[in-house]
Amino acid sequence: MYQQAKRLSKLALCPVLMLLSLLSTGAWATEGAPQRWQLNMTPGVTEVGAKIYDLHMFVFWVCVVVGILVFGVMFYSVFAYRKERHQEPATFHENTRVEIAWTIVPFLLLLVMAVPATKTLIEIYDTDDADLDVLVTGYQWKWKYEYINPNGDNVSFFSNLLTDKAEIANSEAKGSNYLIEVDEPLVLPVDKKVRFLVTANDVLHAWWVPALAVKRDAVPGFINEAWTKATETGVYRGQCAELCGRDHGFMPIVVNVVEEAEYQEWMAGKQAEAAELKALMSKEFTMDELVARGKTVYNRSCAACHGPAGEGGVGPAIAGSAIATGPTKGHLDVVVNGVPGSAMQAFGGQLNEVDLAAVVTYQRNGFGNNMGDMLQPIDIYKFKKGQ
Amino acid sequence: MATANKNVAKTTGKLLVLSVAMFAFAMWVMPPLYNALCEVLGINGKTSGRYEVVESAVDTTRTVKVQFVAQNNEMMPWEFAPNTSQVEVHPGEPAQVTFYAKNTQSRFMVSQSIPSLVPSRAAEYFHKTECFCFNNQPLEAGAEADMPLRFIVDRDLPKDIHVITLSYTIFDVTEMAAKQESLAASN
Amino acid sequence: MGAHGPAKGLTRWLTTTNHKDIGSMYLWFSFAMFLLGGSFAMIIRAELFQPGLQIVQPEFFNQMTTMHGLVMVFGAIMPAFVGLANWMIPLMIGAPDMALPRMNNWSFWILPPTFLLLASTLFMEGGGPNFGWTFYAPLSTTYAPPSVTFFIFAVHAMGISSIMGSINIIATIVNMRAPGMTYMKMPMFVWTWLITAFLLVAVMPVLAGAVTMMLMDIHFGTSFFNAAGGGDPVLFQHVFWFFGHPEVYIIILPAFGVVSEVIPTFSRKPLFGYDSMVYATASIAFLSFIVWAHHMYTVGLPIAGELFFMYATMLIAVPTAAKVFNWITTMFKGSITLETPMLFAIAKVFLFTVGGFSGLMLAIAPADFQYHDSYFVVAHFHYTMVAGAIFALSSAVYYWLPKWTGKMYNETMGKAHFWISFLGFNLTFFPQHFVGLAGMPRRIPDYNLMFADFNMMSSIGAFIYGTSQLLFLFNIVRTITHGKPVNSDKVWDGATTLEWTVPSPAPYHTFSTPPEVK
Repeated sequence: MYQQAKRLSKLALCPVLMLLSLLSTGAWATEGAPQRWQLNMTPGVTEVGAKIYDLHMFVFWVCVVVGILVFGVMFYSVFAYRKERHQEPATFHENTRVEIAWTIVPFLLLLVMAVPATKTLIEIYDTDDADLDVLVTGYQWKWKYEYINPNGDNVSFFSNLLTDKAEIANSEAKGSNYLIEVDEPLVLPVDKKVRFLVTANDVLHAWWVPALAVKRDAVPGFINEAWTKATETGVYRGQCAELCGRDHGFMPIVVNVVEEAEYQEWMAGKQAEAAELKALMSKEFTMDELVARGKTVYNRSCAACHGPAGEGGVGPAIAGSAIATGPTKGHLDVVVNGVPGSAMQAFGGQLNEVDLAAVVTYQRNGFGNNMGDMLQPIDIYKFKKGQ
Repeated sequence: MATANKNVAKTTGKLLVLSVAMFAFAMWVMPPLYNALCEVLGINGKTSGRYEVVESAVDTTRTVKVQFVAQNNEMMPWEFAPNTSQVEVHPGEPAQVTFYAKNTQSRFMVSQSIPSLVPSRAAEYFHKTECFCFNNQPLEAGAEADMPLRFIVDRDLPKDIHVITLSYTIFDVTEMAAKQESLAASN
Repeated sequence: MGAHGPAKGLTRWLTTTNHKDIGSMYLWFSFAMFLLGGSFAMIIRAELFQPGLQIVQPEFFNQMTTMHGLVMVFGAIMPAFVGLANWMIPLMIGAPDMALPRMNNWSFWILPPTFLLLASTLFMEGGGPNFGWTFYAPLSTTYAPPSVTFFIFAVHAMGISSIMGSINIIATIVNMRAPGMTYMKMPMFVWTWLITAFLLVAVMPVLAGAVTMMLMDIHFGTSFFNAAGGGDPVLFQHVFWFFGHPEVYIIILPAFGVVSEVIPTFSRKPLFGYDSMVYATASIAFLSFIVWAHHMYTVGLPIAGELFFMYATMLIAVPTAAKVFNWITTMFKGSITLETPMLFAIAKVFLFTVGGFSGLMLAIAPADFQYHDSYFVVAHFHYTMVAGAIFALSSAVYYWLPKWTGKMYNETMGKAHFWISFLGFNLTFFPQHFVGLAGMPRRIPDYNLMFADFNMMSSIGAFIYGTSQLLFLFNIVRTITHGKPVNSDKVWDGATTLEWTVPSPAPYHTFSTPPEVK
C-alpha cells in the first residue's frame, strides 16, 4: 500500500517538475493570441504587463517554495510516522515559539509581496496624460469603439465576431482565429499612451486584452478608465470577461497596433466613412430614397441567390414570397438573423442599418409586392436590440 | 431543564434580532451608505447635486482639459451629443457647454441623463452649478434642445490631474416619469 | 419520551424532531443535490469537451453554469455540513438533541420543495436562471427570464432554512454542553460550526436583502441597481459579495473542523495547537467580512479601496496557513494509518493549500487584472471548494458512517473511490489554471482551438470524478444493507471525542443524562 503510494507520488512529481521548468523559462514568446498547450500568461507588449507578469511569477515561485517545504513535511510524516514504523505517537500538542514563528514569517513574506503589488497598482491607475482616448462600449454582443476627436467628429464603429456560424455549428472547419476574430479591429498607434473609457450599453461586460494587460468592467451608465501603451506592433486578441447573456463567449476583441503613419492613414479613411454614415443613420428617408438605395444593396448582396428580378434561383423567390409580404418582424428576422441550416446568411452583422432598412423596404415594395410599408434605419437598430 | 429552555429562548431571541438587523442593514443602510460614501469621498465618479457658487479666485497658473462624452443607453433612440467635445478651463473659472438632444421618434418622450466622471478622485472637485442632468428632460416628438451645463473645476483639484472626462448616458424614462406623475396626481 | 422508538413509515420522516433523523435526511438530500449539480457539470464539461457547439445552445449552457453553482453551493455543500452538524454536535457535546428540535424539522423540510421549485425553473418559459450563481444586476434584473421571481423566492427560502438551522446550532452549543465541557474543551468540529453559524446568521439576511432589492427593481419600479433611476449595478456587487465572501468561509470552516477531527484520530495524537486553531478560525471569520471587494478588482474601485481590500485579503493567508501547519504538525511524529477517512483528510489539506496558493495569487490586485473572470479563478475555487469542502465531506462520511450505522464500509472500495476521485479531480481542474492564464474567460460554451487540449483533459477528468461518486454511493448503500458490524463501538482506536463513547450504531436517543466531562 505504502510502496504503491510512494511510487504514485514520484510519478506525479515528474510532470510537475517538467511543467515548472517550462513555466520558468518563459518559453512562450509574446504572442497576440493563445498558443497550444500554453501554460502561463505572457508579459505582453506593455511595461505594465511585464510588471504584472513579474509579480505573478514572483508570487508563484514563493508559493512553489513554500509548497515544497510544507508538503515535504506532510508527505515525510505520512511515510516516516506510519504506524508500522512508528508505534508510539508523540504527545506534544503545542509550542508557542514555533506557532509565533509560523505566524510572523508568512506575514513578512506577504509584506514583501505587497510592496511591488502596490507600486504596480498605482501605475495601473495612472490614466493621466494620454495621447489618445478611446471610448469602449460593450453591447450585447459586440463592442463599439469611438475615438474621441477633440477637433471634430468622433470616429466610431462596431466590432463584431467574424467567425462563421457554420464553424460554430461544426459544419465547416474552424479557422485558427476561431472565436477571436472580428470584422473591424480597434486600431491603435504603437508607443502611444492610449486611455480607454469603458462603459456598457445594456448589461455588464468587461473588456480584456491579455497582451495589453487591460481588463476593465463595462458598467451601464458609468464609465471606467484604463490605459495601455503598446511597445510593439502586432495583432492582439481578447474576449469579453463578464457574463453578459447568451453570446458572452462570442464577442471578442482584436486590437491592431500599427506604426503612427499607418494609424493616421487608417484614421483619415475612417473619418471619411463616419461622416457619411452619421448623416444617414438618424435620417428619415422617403420611400423613393429607400427603394433606390435598396435596389443597389439588393443587387450587390441578394440578387446572386434570389434573382435580379426577385424570381429566385439558389434561394427562394422574393416576388410574392410569404415572408416579404408577411409581417415586417418575420421578414427582418430572416434578413438580420439568416436561416440556420440553409445558405441564407445573417446580414445583420454585415450590412449597416441604412442598407438593411433600404433593402427590406425594397423587397417589400418591389417585384410587385407593393406592401406600402417602409423601414427606417432606427427601426432596424431597434429590431436588432430587441433580440 | 426550565433554565436551559429559558437560556435557549434567550439565545434564539438574540440571534433572531441579529438576523433581522442584518436584513435591515442590507436593505436600508447599505444602499444609502453606498451613495453617501460615494458622494462624500467623491469616488465612483458620481458628481454631486447643484453647487452654490462661492466667489473664489481663478487659478491662472494651470488649465485642465475637460472632455465631454455622450452615450445612449439601449433602446434610447434620441440623438444626443456634446456641442463641444472638449474645453480647457482654469480651476475656479466658471464655464458653460451645451449638449444637443433630439427626440427622433414620433411620440412624446422623457429622458434622464446620468453623469459619470473619471478619474473618480476628481469627482469631488467638479462642481455643477446648472446641469440638465438634475432633472428629467421631456421632449415632444421631433423636438430638439440645446441643454446647458454650467460648471466650475475646484481650485483645489490635485495638481497631477490634467484631464477630466465627463460622460452622460441618456436613458428613456418616459414610463418611469409617467408613473411618478400619476402617483403625484393621486396624492 | 424515552422507551418508545421512532414512529413508523413516512410519518416518521415528515414529523421527526430527532437530530439523528434530521441529520440523515440532510445528508441524503445533499447527496441527491450533489448528483444533480454534478449532472449539470457533466453537461457543461460535455459541451466543453471540444470546440464548437455540439450538445447545448449558449442560452441553455448559461442555465447549466448558473444552476450548477446554485445547487452545489446551496443544495449540496451547505446542507451536507448542516447534516453533519445535526448528527454530530449533540453527540460531541453530550447533549440529548438540538436546542430547537421542531424548528430543526422545518429547517430541513423547507429544502426539498425549494430545490424542486428551483429545478423546475429550467422548464419554465424563458428557461431557468442564466445569469451565473452570482446573479449580477442588470443581467439578473432587467434582462432576466420570467423565472427569476421563482429564483428569488427559492433563495429566500434557502436563506430562512440556513438561518433557522444556524440559530439552532448556536443555541445548542451555547446552552447544552455537558457539565465540564468548557468552550476550550469542545471538539474543533463544534468550534468551527459555532463560528460558521454566526457567519450564517450575519450574512444570509444580507443575501435576502440583495434578492429583495432585485425583486423590487424587477417588479416595483425601484432603481437600486439601475443607473437610469439613479442606482448603480456595482451596488449589487458590493451587497452580494458582502454576503458572498463570508459564504465561502461558511463553506470551508466546517470542512476545517472535520479535518481537525480526522487527522488527530488517525495520527493517534492530539490536535496540535488547539487554542490557536480556535483563534485562527475566529480571525478568519472576522477577516472574511472586510475582504469582499477582492471579487471586484476590475469594476473600477478607487485605488485606496483596492489597496485596502488587497492587503486585507492577503492577511487571511496568515491564520489559514497557521491551520495548515497545525494539521501537519499533528501528523508529525504521530502514529499514522491511512484508512479512507485519513486519505481524504490528507488530500484535502494538500489540495486545499494548492487552492490557497492560487488564492494568494488572485489576491494580488494588479495580477488579478489578468486572472479575473478567467478559468484561473474557476480552478482556484474548485480546488478550495471541491478538494477543500467535498473531500472533507467524503472524509466525514467514511469516518462517521460506522457510528451512524454500526457497520463498517468496504475499505477497498473506499480507497478506490479516493484514488479515482483524486485522479479525476486533479485531471479536471489542474489544466484549468493553464487555460485561464492563457486567456480563456469563464462562463463560455465554446472556445478557441488553442484551449482545446486542456479542455478535453478537463472533461475527461470530470467524467472520471463524477463516475467515482457513484462508487461512493454504492459503498454507502451496501454498507447500510450488507455491511459487516463494527468490531467495537469506538471503531477507530485513535478516536477521543464523546460520540465514540456511545454504541455504534448510535441509539435513537443518546445522552438523555449528560455525561461526565473531565
